[in-house]
Amino acid sequence: MRETSYITRPNLPLRVYAWVFLTVLYVPILFIPLFAFNTSIYVRFPLEGFTTQWFAALMGRAQLWDSLWNSVRVAVVVSVLSTAVGLMAARAITRRRLPGQSAIVAFIMLPLVVPGIIFGVALLVLLSRLGVPLSLYTVAIGHLIVCLPFAVATLLPRFEGFDVSMEEASADLGVGPWATFWRVTFPIVLPGVVSSLLLTFTVSFDEFIMAFFLSSTDATLPMYIWSQLRFPREFPSVLALASLILGASFLLVFAALAIGRMGARRPDARAP
Amino acid sequence: MSSIAEPAPGGVLSGARSPGAWFYRRPAVAGYALLSPAMAIMLVGVLLPVLILVAMSFWTRGGIGFDTTPTLDNYRKAAEEPIYLALLLRSFWVAGIATVATVALCYPMAYYVAFHVHRHKMLWIILMTLPFWTSYLLRVFAWKVILGYEGVINSGFLSLGLIAEPLAFLLYSPTAVIITLAHAWAAFAILPLYVSLEKIDRSLLEAATDLGDGPARRFFRITLPLSVPGIVSATFLIFIPTTGDYITPALLGGPDGAMIGNLIQLQFGPVNNWPMGAALSIVLMLWIALTGFVFLYLARTFRERSA
Repeated sequence: MRETSYITRPNLPLRVYAWVFLTVLYVPILFIPLFAFNTSIYVRFPLEGFTTQWFAALMGRAQLWDSLWNSVRVAVVVSVLSTAVGLMAARAITRRRLPGQSAIVAFIMLPLVVPGIIFGVALLVLLSRLGVPLSLYTVAIGHLIVCLPFAVATLLPRFEGFDVSMEEASADLGVGPWATFWRVTFPIVLPGVVSSLLLTFTVSFDEFIMAFFLSSTDATLPMYIWSQLRFPREFPSVLALASLILGASFLLVFAALAIGRMGARRPDARAP
Repeated sequence: MSSIAEPAPGGVLSGARSPGAWFYRRPAVAGYALLSPAMAIMLVGVLLPVLILVAMSFWTRGGIGFDTTPTLDNYRKAAEEPIYLALLLRSFWVAGIATVATVALCYPMAYYVAFHVHRHKMLWIILMTLPFWTSYLLRVFAWKVILGYEGVINSGFLSLGLIAEPLAFLLYSPTAVIITLAHAWAAFAILPLYVSLEKIDRSLLEAATDLGDGPARRFFRITLPLSVPGIVSATFLIFIPTTGDYITPALLGGPDGAMIGNLIQLQFGPVNNWPMGAALSIVLMLWIALTGFVFLYLARTFRERSA
């Protein structure tokens, strides 16, 4: 690719715009940790003083730790299941020509676009008609639907990016399909699998709407935060908790996106 | 199934008689078998619930439980009562403004990364999409911190002496909802826009330049038309989920900023009229489907015309 052409020559206003854009994207989120370290219980300027008391106060809250543990359990189960199911689906989609395939893919991707509230209330209605009591299991079912499209979307490019002839070579050498999958296919798509596990974990961990409709007394962490938002005096501790969650999410997602790109074709390497 | 649940011992010859090999010779069967868990989840978790939701939308609230005699009462109410229609219309225009704003603001950004970033391109894309993956609830909460009556903007401007008293319209208004939605869904616009811009054959731009087009004409005659598919999918990807959003209007909308999602939640929560909530969900879904078809139709017409 040409490094400097008269079409791609540096464009200062556009570059300034890009940096302003990134700033506006991140600064609103950065106010959360900023005020989490502020002594005042009011979120307002001028800042009063530096403190870590709001973080320390989180330690003693049993409800918070219960909801954190609930969220982690749901997210682990959901990320493993959605990645496993997504792996199978992504393989089927890229390796076989199936009638009705594009309709199936569109169907799986539906929860990515359709407002969560619709599938949330629909599941609630089904579960109540079946007499299934709400619990963390029902939250997990809701999260599975939300996470599956992300798993498939993360894994599909990995399957599309590698050469089928490697699998064929393995088959030609007499290796069975199952062994071929584990020895050839899986190692190549492994970065995608790790990426999908991390991303679906984050999505499930942070998911609110499904949990809002499908959880009972066992709250997930976002539900706990929601319940605390009603109390103005809890604002600083919510800010502290939010800072920790955002920090952890950013690390997880950055790792996921970086790992997912490992060994993949560079996006700027266009086909000739 | 247990015989294929572990790597075939030796692999080389035993594979030939395993169930895996049986599947291998029947690609379509194997393909559908691999898709079946995903399809099962979608059938049980999406299709079946939506069918029951449709059925329930024709019921009414009974004394205890539901009156399951099919009736169109809920839909009639949805069409006749001004509050339902008003909230539906507000959802559409709030989501519409947020969508147009997001796509317009994200286009130059996607353009910059597609055409002017040559090194660390991946890093830019990760940076632009990273916030999207973090908690939606917390990102909306961040805007409450900023737009609040004593929030970042009001208290900041007050202490700088720029305003005499807090601006009341910032929080609890459709404006607050629009700003927050545009910020929260930016990544959904950036990615499709970037993909469609990145795909544009650079030699077309060179040809336009060689034939005497200046930068502006070149942009409007080549780049913009060729990026229309990206614009269409970005619009689609933002407009639909924002129309039915619950969290943002609930936290930032106040009474004047409530949207259809809040109304649906009310029916399933405090009001406890599930059939009405089901009908409103179906109305929202039909609206989404209608918008989807219109978009697909527009995209197709455009592609045929430009082909």
